[in-house]
Parts: sequence; structure tokens; C-alpha cells
Amino acid sequence: MTAVALPTRRSEEWRYSDVESVASIWPVAAPDVIVVGAGEDVARTLLQDAADGAVIVRDFAVTIGAGGTFRAHLLNIGGQLGRVTFDVTLGRGAHFDLNAAIIGGGTQTLEVVTVVTHAEPEATSQQTVRSILADHATGSYLGRIAVARDAQKTDAAQSVKAMLLDRTATANAKPELEIFADDVKCAHGATVGELDSQALFYCASRGLDPKSARTLLLQAFIAGLFDDMADEAERERFEAAALAKLAALNMAEKLA
Amino acid sequence: MLHITDLQSTVADKPILKGLSLSINAGEIHAIMGPNGAGKSTLAYTLGGRPNYDVTGGSVDFDGQDLFDLAPHERAAAGLFLGFQYPVEIPGVSNLQFLREALNSQRKSRGEEPLSGGAFIKLAKEKAGLLGMDMEMLKRPVNVGFSGGEKKRAEMVQMGILDPKLAILDETDSGLDIDALRIVGAGINTIMRAPDKAVLLITHYQRLLDYVKPDFVHVLAGGRIVKSGGPELALELEREGYAEIVA
Ligand SMILES: Nc1ncnc2c1ncn2[C@@H]1O[C@H](COP(=O)(O)OP(=O)(O)OP(=O)(O)O)[C@@H](O)[C@H]1O
Ligand SMILES: [Mg+2]
Repeated sequence: MTAVALPTRRSEEWRYSDVESVASIWPVAAPDVIVVGAGEDVARTLLQDAADGAVIVRDFAVTIGAGGTFRAHLLNIGGQLGRVTFDVTLGRGAHFDLNAAIIGGGTQTLEVVTVVTHAEPEATSQQTVRSILADHATGSYLGRIAVARDAQKTDAAQSVKAMLLDRTATANAKPELEIFADDVKCAHGATVGELDSQALFYCASRGLDPKSARTLLLQAFIAGLFDDMADEAERERFEAAALAKLAALNMAEKLA
Repeated sequence: MLHITDLQSTVADKPILKGLSLSINAGEIHAIMGPNGAGKSTLAYTLGGRPNYDVTGGSVDFDGQDLFDLAPHERAAAGLFLGFQYPVEIPGVSNLQFLREALNSQRKSRGEEPLSGGAFIKLAKEKAGLLGMDMEMLKRPVNVGFSGGEKKRAEMVQMGILDPKLAILDETDSGLDIDALRIVGAGINTIMRAPDKAVLLITHYQRLLDYVKPDFVHVLAGGRIVKSGGPELALELEREGYAEIVA
């Protein structure tokens, strides 16, 4: 992911990106290299809440040894461009787990890009991505799963859901599979929706004002993503940041 | 408490209520019966302010206020409660969180202090107990995975916690088993039978009315009240059906 040449939208993994913003910080730093040894269990959390206008590109290159596990929790909400990528290679019986939320407003472009290579048999990966997008924001998930020829019994799952709060916001979800083995389970689902008007009316009929009702339903949409974070204080920090971002979107949104 | 005068409304631009008038005073329990598609749920939703249910004529006075001056959540804060024929599921939000936020949102708009966590749990326990509902169920997401009858019971727990002045209960009895019907009937009486409260029961069957005895029974057909009477009217309908009246 560290091409020397400035990326353009012609390249698949930059297709929905804000390459003009990227130019201002090019070349970006080399990826963070994370090596998970055989049987090890490593967790990383990233709360990307850079200031307005910031341009953030964070790349992770992860190798997980046999039977090892790497868990990532990501909340991607800050900056003009917030792009976080994971290039993960799984050894035999290894596991990769990603729970990510994108919450964007204004003209933000927020991206999660993953390339997960099941290089050896019996590895599993699970990616859950939830995006909430308002105004003119763009949120994208590009997730490529590559299964090597002898990586039998691979189990790779992707669940991607986006919620658009305004018609002007954009969600891109692009799961991509490259499979060279035959005994493989790859499940992926991608949906784009809006807040459920029935649920909003139900909330109102119980006395919740429209703003609280929307916040409650949006919180519910990302509920559970951070539940399994080991560090409780860190989990609370994620939840508070998500809630504050939702509140900020709600303030900016014109009431229907 | 509620005075409906010549109410007309449309659902998705189709006229459904066609000049409906009805007055409910404090301390009274009214029942509305009527054939499928008559507009009973439409009446409930129109009073609740559901989107796509548009008032095209007439007026409704609720406790001295023009009901239609209020947004749906303000109607709730003013004391209106709608028991849904089909309660809505909200994944990811527990009943307790939902109800606490709803109650505190109502209290806020009435200028009251929010209820503390402890006080709320105590209240929720009491009302759940009244309806024979396990507190564990209230920790689950709103209506998600609840059986038909459990949803109706949960609606009544909500009513108990929110403590409205006027409850409009749309087929709260449908889906309840025999024991649940008795419990829910008793719950409605405990929560709502008071000199300063009133209930509008929408139902198809006499059996709920055996437990919650109405003062008045009305027949809604073709978007209007076509007949009103005392409790005996429900028994007569059960015997003879709507053919005579609606014809
Ligand atoms: N979205 C809609 N578009 C068009 N017509 C609708 C819509 N929703 C409801 N209706 C119609 O409005 C009429 C009244 O419906 P309503 O639900 O009020 O009946 P009801 O008296 O409650 O009947 P039931 O006893 O079956 O519950 C019905 O003919 C129904 O088909
Ligand atoms: Mg109905």
C-alpha cells in the first residue's frame, strides 16, 4: 500500500478516496508492521478522531502466525480524509477479527480498506463494519479476501452495513473474493439503509424527541461493535467518542 | 379529556376517517369495535400523529389543547399513550434503556427532574410485576424476539411506567392467551382506572371487556362512529355481528 507514485482513482483501492487530500501528505509513512507470533493473541484499538480538515492515512501490515489471533477495533470519525488500511496475512489456523465503525458528516471521506490473505489452511477471519453517513460524507469499505491454493477450510466472513442520514451522503461497500482453494466458506453481506420511520414514530409515541430518537437508533446500529474490547476504559472512550460524533451530526442535521 | 369533532384523515392520501366524532371524559372507559378495515387503527395513528396519516378536516381537543398543535412526542408528554396493534421492534436498544430515556424525555418537556437510575429500576420492577413480566425480559431489546402475546404485555408495562392520562389501546387483547388476558385486563384496571384518567379500547371481542368494563361502546364503520351504546352493545354485536348496524 506504499506505492511511491501518488495514487489516483484509477487504482482499485483508491477508487472512492479523496486523492486530492492525499496529495497534501504524500508520501505517507510506511505501514505499522505487526507480527503476531504462533499462538499469540494480540489486540489493537484505533480511535481515529483527528481534527477537522486533517488528512489521515494509517496503514497496518499484519502477519499472524499459526494459531495466532489479531483483533482490531476501529472507530473512524475524524479528519477531512480518514483512511485506515489493514493488509493481513494469516498462517495456519490463525484468526483475524475486525470491528469497525465509520461515522462521517460534512464533506468527510472515511475509509476502511482491508486485504486479508488466507495463506494457509484453517484460518478464519471476521470483519464487521458499520457506517453512518450524513450530509455530503463518503464512507467506504473495500475488503479483499484472497484464499491461497492450499488454504483449505478457510472461513472468511464480512458483514457491512451503512446507514445514510441524508440523500447526499454516499456509502460504498465492496467485498471482493479471490479464491484459489475449493474447501472454503466465505460469507459476505452488504446493506445500505436509512433510519426506520416506523421505529422513529414508535420512539416519538413514547415521548422521545426526534433528536434523542435518532441518536438512540443510531447508537443501536453500532451497538455491540465494541462490546468485546478487553480494556473497559478504552471501550468507554470509544463509545463516548461515537456518541459525541453522532450528537454533532444530529446538531448539523436539519429537522425534517 | 378528549373531544373529537368531525375528524377526517387520509392514509397515504386515501380518505379513511370521514367525519368521526367522539367525546371521552376523565374517569371513563370507552370501547370501539368495528369490521376489519373500518379505520380503527387509523383513528389511533391519526391521534398519535404517525407520518402519512394526515388530518384533512375536523378538530381534536385533548385536555384543553389542540392535539394537532403538538408533535407526536409532545402528545406523549401531554399524557397520550398509544398501545400498538403491531408493536415495533428496535434491535440494539434494551427495553429498560428505551423506557428510561422516553420517561425522562417526557419529564424534561414537562419541566420535571429526570428519574435516577435506581428510582427508574424500582418503578420498572413494580410495573413489570403488575403484568407478570420477568425483569430479564426488560433487559432484552425492545420487542425483538418477543412472542405476539409478550409484545402486548410489554406494551402494558410501558404504559405502567409512562403513566399516561389517556391510553388508546389498539387490539391489546389480540394474541394473548387466556391467563395473559386476565393479567393484562387487571393491569389496565390498576394502571388506568382513576378519576383523572381515561381509556379508549379498540377490540374485536367481548372477552377483554369482561375484565375491563367499558362505560360506552361504539361501532366504527366506514370511517365514522355509526352507533354508540352501553356495555350491552358489545354483547349484542358478539351475538349478531355488524351486518344489521353497518347496512
Ligand atoms: N399505507 C396505506 N395505503 C393505503 N391504504 C391503507 C394504508 N394503510 C391502511 N390502509 C387502509 O386503510 C383502511 C383502514 O385501515 P385500519 O388499519 O385503520 O383498519 P382497522 O379498522 O384497524 O382494521 P383491523 O380490524 O383489521 O385492524 C384499510 O382499508 C386499509 O387497507
Ligand atoms: Mg387495526
